[in-house]
Amino acid sequence: MNNNSLSVEEILESKRLLNRKKRLLLLFTLPLLVFIFITFISPIATMLYRSVYHPTVSQLIPLSLAELKNWDEAGDALPPSAALQQFAIELQDLSKQRLSGKLAEEVNRLKPGSSSLIKSSARKLKKTTLEELQENGDSVLLSYSKKWHNIDLWRAVKRAGQPFTDSYYLTTFDLKRNPAGEIEQRDTQIYLKLYWKSLKIAIYITLLTALLAYPLAYYLATAPSKIANRLMVLVLLPFWTSLLVRTTSWIAILQTNGVLNSSLQSLGLIDEPFELLYTQAATIIAMTHILLPFMILPLYSVMKNIDPSYLRAALSLGARPIPAFIKIYLPMTVPGVSAGALLVFIISIGYYITPAIVGGTDGQMISNIIAFHMQSSNNWELAAALGSLLLALIIALYWIYDRLVGVNNIKLG
Amino acid sequence: MSEPVSDQQYVRFVDVKKSYDQRSLVVKNFNLDIRKGEFVTLLGPSGSGKTTCLMMLAGFEDVTSGHILVNGQAITNVAPYNRNIGMVFQHYALFPHMTVAENLAYPLVVRKLPKEEIKRRVAESLALVELDSFGKRYPGHLSGGQKQRVALARSLIFEPSIVLMDEPLGALDKNLREQMQLEIKRLHESIGFTAIYVTHDQTEALTMSDRIAVFNDGVVQQCAAPDVLYERPENAFVADFIGENNHLSGKVLNRAQGLAKVELSDGSVVTGQAMDCPETGEACVLAVRPENLFIQSDKHSFENSIEAEFITRLYVGDFIRYFFKLRDKTELMVKVLNDHDAPSITAGAPTKLTWSVNDGLAFNPPPSS
Repeated sequence: MNNNSLSVEEILESKRLLNRKKRLLLLFTLPLLVFIFITFISPIATMLYRSVYHPTVSQLIPLSLAELKNWDEAGDALPPSAALQQFAIELQDLSKQRLSGKLAEEVNRLKPGSSSLIKSSARKLKKTTLEELQENGDSVLLSYSKKWHNIDLWRAVKRAGQPFTDSYYLTTFDLKRNPAGEIEQRDTQIYLKLYWKSLKIAIYITLLTALLAYPLAYYLATAPSKIANRLMVLVLLPFWTSLLVRTTSWIAILQTNGVLNSSLQSLGLIDEPFELLYTQAATIIAMTHILLPFMILPLYSVMKNIDPSYLRAALSLGARPIPAFIKIYLPMTVPGVSAGALLVFIISIGYYITPAIVGGTDGQMISNIIAFHMQSSNNWELAAALGSLLLALIIALYWIYDRLVGVNNIKLG
Repeated sequence: MSEPVSDQQYVRFVDVKKSYDQRSLVVKNFNLDIRKGEFVTLLGPSGSGKTTCLMMLAGFEDVTSGHILVNGQAITNVAPYNRNIGMVFQHYALFPHMTVAENLAYPLVVRKLPKEEIKRRVAESLALVELDSFGKRYPGHLSGGQKQRVALARSLIFEPSIVLMDEPLGALDKNLREQMQLEIKRLHESIGFTAIYVTHDQTEALTMSDRIAVFNDGVVQQCAAPDVLYERPENAFVADFIGENNHLSGKVLNRAQGLAKVELSDGSVVTGQAMDCPETGEACVLAVRPENLFIQSDKHSFENSIEAEFITRLYVGDFIRYFFKLRDKTELMVKVLNDHDAPSITAGAPTKLTWSVNDGLAFNPPPSS
């Protein structure tokens, strides 16, 4: 037997040992994995699902939708009378359960103006008997309003009844389906503009934080440790105060009669106060302040590890300080700059509180609209679609970033 | 000033003082003249101010007081990038985002030399340090010795008249260090630049230098050629710092014609060379190198002889260290070549140790001990 190679038993035994170690490690990380699954993965999965799954209508009028299935919506004939009759019966039922309003709301989204029609018809249906409806519900329904003869309305009903829909994604792209089911542009561009604005604000903030943080981080990295440590506390101080307090203090500074305007006025620099609060500028200023530490810290940790002898070497080789800085020092700090920029950019593009408080209408970002659809308009599906698109956007940008800079070039410390 | 004088004093430190906090001096009154083409080493324990002197010459530290002159010109107010002084750093300071060739080309590029010439000189430089095929590699892919050679080549490529080296071999292992010492020596002899070398490794200093300035506590204790430094140290610090030494404390009985008669702490009286020996009656230290101390026998017998008790011996390889104890417990070490004459003694056996008058040096005791 060759002593230089392992026998089959030895290989199996060592594999078994290795697997046991792996299982043991997994056991230790299990609580974390469960936690991440519950708090991170499943909400995102739910959000993605929510953005395409919308079962409300299909649960309200399941039988009518079953009848409508065979109706050719591309033609110009009304749905078969059996379908209309079934719809009348179910609408009466909904009316009794006080659910007709919900149906009206859902259909109204696809066919504006149909809400009052459905509601009024539902009220009238409540007064008729079930037997009458079972006999000739279709003609009863059609007799209530001429609008029931509109084929577009029935197309809207059938479309609203689909449990899976792309309509929310179309909305996020400012697109819609016309009554014939073709995709077309909406008259007003809301969401694409908002995405573009959020992107722009995030880029401004990233650039501003980089410009402000770079010299400071350089100073911190080269200063004697006693001074650097004290200043570091000041950099970290914002983390110890509430985000809300920090943002609100910007109101005090930026408002028309606030600290900034009254100081500038008393110095005689301006006659009229600037309108700063509730503008895009306010959002950018306040968020630059709040996100500055996220740029300083990675830059500092990278700069701290750069041996000062590199710059000295460049000088001793005859390079002037500024060219030496650009040619030697700057490239070495790229990992810190890219880490900080990525961090600030990703945090800022989805930021909510600060634009909500100081941004006004002009300074709103995409997250504010998502929150609006969650809290005020109760359109969770659209909120989910907007959120999913934001996630996709960030992943796409990350991919581009990886292509250009390389994720391996990132250094957080 | 005539030309030869300027060559003798190519680099001059005149009354240079340096303080970082305006209170304590890191360098106290440093004076040193360096000849053109000389290889001078600044040697001393860490924190003795040697690196600070180098940094002041390179221009990275301000001079608190005094002057530094190069070729008769004061350079105190010249920016480091205009001094034309090459420098090799302890951790090489090769730019990690540039290839070896780009690193070498950098000083030529900033001097705006024509492209063709840069290419030619980079190739020459790579050949000089025997790294011809390494031009396209990044410093991260080189071994320590290769990095060191590139750093050396980079500091020489723009033909500076002075090259400073700040513990350049500190990060290498022993074999590589010896190899690089030879390499640096070879380059120095073939190119003829003026080298100022900082190290805390005394063997390195002894093997490479024309002259060594021994630093301690911000002061140059002695500046001399290696053999002078080793054989005729001027004070107890130098005697102890360079090589090994046995220290025997005693009292000066009298001094005459460069000799000092010393009564050792165990009562025996011996004679040695008076170096910075104190006045009669004062305490002093007599230093004898282990290789100059002999176990008394028919072959070895000198003017001085004292009684000692054998403790143990340590086998080193090419030599053996014998440890002895005097009557007053002072320990002594004798270094004997590992040849057939190396005696074997039993522990506790009384022995006589002997040395020549020329090999015992009487010093003022160092202030700390």
